Amino acid sequence: MKRTTQSTTRGLLLFGKGIFLFVALITLHGCTDDTQTVVNFTNLVMQDEFNTDGAPNPSLWSYNIGTGQNGWGNSELQFYTDRPKNVTVANGYMIITAHRESFNGSQYTSARLLTKDKFEQAYGRFEARIRLPWGQGLWPAFWMLGADIDTNPWPGAGEIDIMELRGQNPATVLGTVHGPGYSGGQSISKSYTLKNGRFDTDFHIFGIEWTPDYVNFYVDDVLYNQITPADVPGEWVFNKPFFILMNVAVGGNFVGPPNAQTVFPQTMLVDYVRVYN
Amino acid sequence: MKTNKLNFALLTVFALGVLSGCERGLSEDADFAKFPKNPNVFIDGFSGGLQYFPFAGSKLDAFTVDTQTKYSGSASMRLDVPNVGDPTGTYAGAIFPDMNGRNLTEFDALTFWAKASQGATINEIGFGNDFGENRFMVTLNNMRISTTWTKYTIAIPDPSRLTAEKGMFWYAEGAENNNGYTIWIDELKYEKLGTVAQPRPAILNGEDRVQQSFIGASATVTDLTQTFNLVSGVDQTVTVAPAYFTFSTTNPDVARVNEMGVVSIVGTGTAKITATLNGVRAKGSLTIQSLGAFVPAPVPNRNPANVISVFSDAYTNIPVDFYNGFFAPFQTTLGGAGLVINGDNLIQYTNLNFVATEFKNPTVNASQMTHLHVDLQIREAIDPGDFISVQLGDFGANAVFGGGDDSSGTVKFTSASLSSNQWISLDIPLASFTGLTSRNNLAQIFFISADGTSNNVPTISTILVDNMYFYKN
Repeated sequence: MKRTTQSTTRGLLLFGKGIFLFVALITLHGCTDDTQTVVNFTNLVMQDEFNTDGAPNPSLWSYNIGTGQNGWGNSELQFYTDRPKNVTVANGYMIITAHRESFNGSQYTSARLLTKDKFEQAYGRFEARIRLPWGQGLWPAFWMLGADIDTNPWPGAGEIDIMELRGQNPATVLGTVHGPGYSGGQSISKSYTLKNGRFDTDFHIFGIEWTPDYVNFYVDDVLYNQITPADVPGEWVFNKPFFILMNVAVGGNFVGPPNAQTVFPQTMLVDYVRVYN
Repeated sequence: MKTNKLNFALLTVFALGVLSGCERGLSEDADFAKFPKNPNVFIDGFSGGLQYFPFAGSKLDAFTVDTQTKYSGSASMRLDVPNVGDPTGTYAGAIFPDMNGRNLTEFDALTFWAKASQGATINEIGFGNDFGENRFMVTLNNMRISTTWTKYTIAIPDPSRLTAEKGMFWYAEGAENNNGYTIWIDELKYEKLGTVAQPRPAILNGEDRVQQSFIGASATVTDLTQTFNLVSGVDQTVTVAPAYFTFSTTNPDVARVNEMGVVSIVGTGTAKITATLNGVRAKGSLTIQSLGAFVPAPVPNRNPANVISVFSDAYTNIPVDFYNGFFAPFQTTLGGAGLVINGDNLIQYTNLNFVATEFKNPTVNASQMTHLHVDLQIREAIDPGDFISVQLGDFGANAVFGGGDDSSGTVKFTSASLSSNQWISLDIPLASFTGLTSRNNLAQIFFISADGTSNNVPTISTILVDNMYFYKN
């Protein structure tokens, strides 16, 4: 419990510094290009600190199992399971592990968790502290889908990718929105690259702040993008509840397949997921 | 001089103390020996203390400072690789040391921008070569280079070791397809990239090897590498000096290992040698199965004037091409010369089915000799069907393999005449090698443990060989 308290404090402090840095940048550079209105959501409404060992909390998380349609729409190569081998909570982390193994016709296994029908919210701050896997063909993500997806198929329901990473680009993450008329290759996206580090060696905080007017993307104490209704060439669909997903995909159109140098197993360690409004 | 240095240092610290209002005292034992942390090797000229020492035999003036072609600033390093046959040198290669030593512990890579006048593969490029112990030498082998300026990174296997490094940079490169070309290197410096990650050290190519040995023998842990994943997503493997590793043994009563990876066998039993690099366990291991005390073969005492020796510490040996010409795909035999026990050179074969020692440069005229002597030790139990055949091959008048004039003869020793784990001294009359029609151009000695009588299944797999020579009575 002590660690949790510390983590919470550090998260808030980091964010506080983020605001400060941002203000300072505006002041120093008179920056107009990236002018953003930062709203600080501080009212914690959901958190999973992953302090109970075993399966992830079933009142919050469920699973996508299998290979979906056409590798979850992306020609992904893994078979998702809910086995402890692919997802478990231990030592204060949720650990999603991708293995190279033959399983139900697939050559890789991994896990994809979602809060659909368990936690859904419109607007707020969604953030997680994660150490990411690495190597050609690994595709970890912390993202959200519109909660009406069952009746309003993708991309109509909308998708917010808070963090995606290509394992072959270990210092670069992407923040993206998909919606009707701007999905897949036409999605609205921006990358953020660490200057002196990478995402597989240390934990980093990935988050968005989402209001009716914009989605702000940040990594640690750096706010690196803002997307507003004016930025999307179609309907702004980010005005209704979304649910959270966390997964490690293997292969697929976005990253290409693993190669002989890709080391398995690969793990994504999630220290916490927190949501504020 | 030491006192002066100390006084100066104390003064500096005192001044700092005043500035920061710090009143902390200094221990009498304070060590002020510090090496500069200068990261620059060549930016637009030699950094302070840097020197140029070309390798002997290389084109001595291969390196020049080029003010015309450069990546940035006013100059680059130009390396002119000579054509094959260039009288000024057969290759380009040099070290660029700072003999004062530098502290590189705060960096994680040597970086530079480079291009070449043609696409090429640089044989060796790295750092840590100081023409001394090369204690922390690092080599990137076969670095591909193109005609476009590109930034290259050579990761430091463990920066904490480089507290006083002299070897700032080195390279060695020969012509490509016989043609010389030019390499330019610029902005050569050490950096803290923060993106050199996922270390995966390895010894023995990452293999778990098992080796039989004896008290008094030694072995060396070779093929030492460090692999990092760079920010480009590409894995880079460099060859590294043993001093980067920490070696350990599971049983120091059987085998000990020093910091250079040299294993000394001191007792009977099994010991496993492993290593770590900067706290990361290296892939690969060497398991020593020590068979205990070693009894050397009887020392030959024949008059050297009556001997043509192929392999013996007692005589001057003829030139030998190899002790194990691995004839794929049928040969399984591993090993060869290289086993040294208490100074005694031995040949060790494992997985024997057949194996040849070849000495064709030149072939041997043994027409005046009467016998072949071989000391043989079979390191396993002998079963009734076991045998060892010794075969001699003569390359005939043309002194080369083939051509219709070759001949050979075989003498077979069946289980009744063999014993295990002790030296068997064979003195075989050359006349008994039926079929060997000439002894003027002998070039091969075979040991064979599989033939038609065993359905080509090997019968004896592990042998030691010593004192192979022809002699006359």
